[in-house]
Amino acid sequence: MALNKEHDLHKRRFGRNMGVGLLLGSFVVLVLALTMVKVTSNGFQFPQEQGAQD
Amino acid sequence: MSDASINASSTSREDEASFGDYFALLKPRVMSLVVFTAFVGLLAAPVGVHPVIGFCAVLFIAIGGGASGALNMWWDADIDRVMKRTKSRPIPAGKVEAGEALSLGLALSGLSVIMLALATNVLAGAFLAFTIFFYVVVYTMWLKRVTPQNIVIGGAAGAFPPVIGWIAATGSMSVEPWLMFALTFMWTPPHFWALALFMRSDYDDAGVPMLTVTHGRRSTRVHILVYTILLAVLAVGTAFSGIGGPIYLAVSVVMNALFLLGAWKISRRNEDNSEADNFKAERGFFKLSLLYLFLHFGAILVEASLKPYGLGGW
Repeated sequence: MALNKEHDLHKRRFGRNMGVGLLLGSFVVLVLALTMVKVTSNGFQFPQEQGAQD
Repeated sequence: MSDASINASSTSREDEASFGDYFALLKPRVMSLVVFTAFVGLLAAPVGVHPVIGFCAVLFIAIGGGASGALNMWWDADIDRVMKRTKSRPIPAGKVEAGEALSLGLALSGLSVIMLALATNVLAGAFLAFTIFFYVVVYTMWLKRVTPQNIVIGGAAGAFPPVIGWIAATGSMSVEPWLMFALTFMWTPPHFWALALFMRSDYDDAGVPMLTVTHGRRSTRVHILVYTILLAVLAVGTAFSGIGGPIYLAVSVVMNALFLLGAWKISRRNEDNSEADNFKAERGFFKLSLLYLFLHFGAILVEASLKPYGLGGW
């Protein structure tokens, strides 16, 4: 199989890598946003504070 | 190591999968139904949810549904190759290896369950895990190829998302999410049996014991009518529950009248009638079934959205 620079295979691999990269980036942003929401909510307590209350 | 051996061990293939092929493993059309019904379950719950948490809940329920789809395609690759409707799926089309679908399905199952539990609550995560188990192990691996009631049982897996959405919001259960469950559960058999009537030889060729194969097409037509009558009672009755209201009632009465009429027509037809007009009534009923579910859940959503303004509900 002769591969040149323009081969469709490269485009598909690039698309796949780009897709995975974007998904991982989005996941990081999502976890960050979720963490911010959780720690700024009224009911949030640090684990050691929960333990101290018990 | 020679150049030849490098080439031999390479995984390069002319038909190497694209990103879209892996996405197709997640059954995007089924996922859209999961997203919509989970979203309605989440919003119909009597507890407010932070938008980010709500978004995460629906996203991870959808990913869990997609993971089930990938595992289903991994297990069913042999029958997917035989059926016209499914032979262009990524595995039978040769674009994705069965093992890749298994890996993707398992990884996304774990990710979705853990993330849903962390984002909302453990009960919601446990229900998502049970739903994936039910769809993949109980339905796909066990009952699909054993009993003609496969569609009835499989419908339960597809009916869980609004329940999970509700639990994600409230952390507990009540009657209302189970009414939404029952609505999807009772809707699934007539929806799929209508499809089985006009996708004539697909299930026969694959050896899947669909009702049309085991009990005959006449019996399937009667089953569609019976399930549609039971569904109509349930759907209209839901109007008088905590998730119903006048808008839902109006939508439900109209849609169930049309659905019953469609089921009645199907039950009165025979194979000669159907073949003469290329299964027009059966195809029409199938299309109507998609609108039926969308409008019922849409009406529940409208009722829930109006409640903060003193409207919606009774």
